[in-house]
Amino acid sequence: MAGGLTLQFIPYGEIEHLASQKRVDKLLRLVKTDKIILLEGRLRSEEEAELIRRTMEEINDKFTGIELSVVYPESKNVAFFARVKQSFINLVLGDRRGMTIIGPANVVREIKQDPDKIQLFTKDARKR
Amino acid sequence: MAGIFKKIAEKLFKNFFKKRKDMKLGLYGPPNGGKTTLANRICEDWLNEKDAMGTVSSIAHETREVQIKNSVVIESKNGKKLTFNLVDTPGIATKIDYEDFIKEGMDEKDAKVRAKEATKGVIDSIKWLDDMDAVVVVLDATKDPYSQVNITIVGNLEARKTPVLVVANKIDLKKADIKKIQAAFPQYKVIGISAMKGQNIEEFYETLFEVAR
Repeated sequence: MAGGLTLQFIPYGEIEHLASQKRVDKLLRLVKTDKIILLEGRLRSEEEAELIRRTMEEINDKFTGIELSVVYPESKNVAFFARVKQSFINLVLGDRRGMTIIGPANVVREIKQDPDKIQLFTKDARKR
Repeated sequence: MAGIFKKIAEKLFKNFFKKRKDMKLGLYGPPNGGKTTLANRICEDWLNEKDAMGTVSSIAHETREVQIKNSVVIESKNGKKLTFNLVDTPGIATKIDYEDFIKEGMDEKDAKVRAKEATKGVIDSIKWLDDMDAVVVVLDATKDPYSQVNITIVGNLEARKTPVLVVANKIDLKKADIKKIQAAFPQYKVIGISAMKGQNIEEFYETLFEVAR
């Protein structure tokens, strides 16, 4: 498997019942096994900050951190009522729209993000 | 129902006292955006102190501890005064590799110490988010603003209802693109400046009055 990449899809249902701390723990644990996580939906912004904070606590010579990116559908042109309805659904069920990509920094060199597009650049496997 | 009234009362109580102390104005952003350069510029312009907030460097994570300058008073063109405690925070990043510092010419031991301190700096920056009354997000206008770190910082400030001013720094450089930063954060006022050269700094101070009222 030298040079191979593992992408693991996590449906939102797999984390929705977890408390914030447990969500972050689960994602970080998977990333530390050199997997690239494709999470359905997105974390709350406080959870994203917590993921960064926890990542910093875990950094050592081998684990150098994460690359993180979120593709999220813009709702600027959506009618006010639809936005309120969506906010209510997000509050109750969590935000399942979009996709979150989390990769270990020793595998993923960079994730370039435009509003609707993501480019993922990996490190040369020989240098990992 | 009693819980709701309690929460409202607590909030009013908190806000009442919040207005009586000096507000905390935080400088946030990714590493090497120019936060310390801007903090130094503010201190030089209003306190007449040179390099008061720390040294600056082209190597990332030069600021690894939160730096505070108390009671900075700035004055608007129409004579209004704004007093704040200026909080310069370490740059927030999702990865820190000591080998990057070695590539910049540091020896391995120093690089590892710097990396360790940098991780603590990021943790402190995140902790301090709760304490800020207003925040200036300092971005390098020559870089791509659509990074998740920028979005996460702004998202957290939005969730805390903290007033935000976005600064597109380094506009003296050819590659600077303020419009791209405005497009990335359309909900916020974006001011282009060069903290190093003092370019457009007056407009920055005037806008600060609008944001940090």
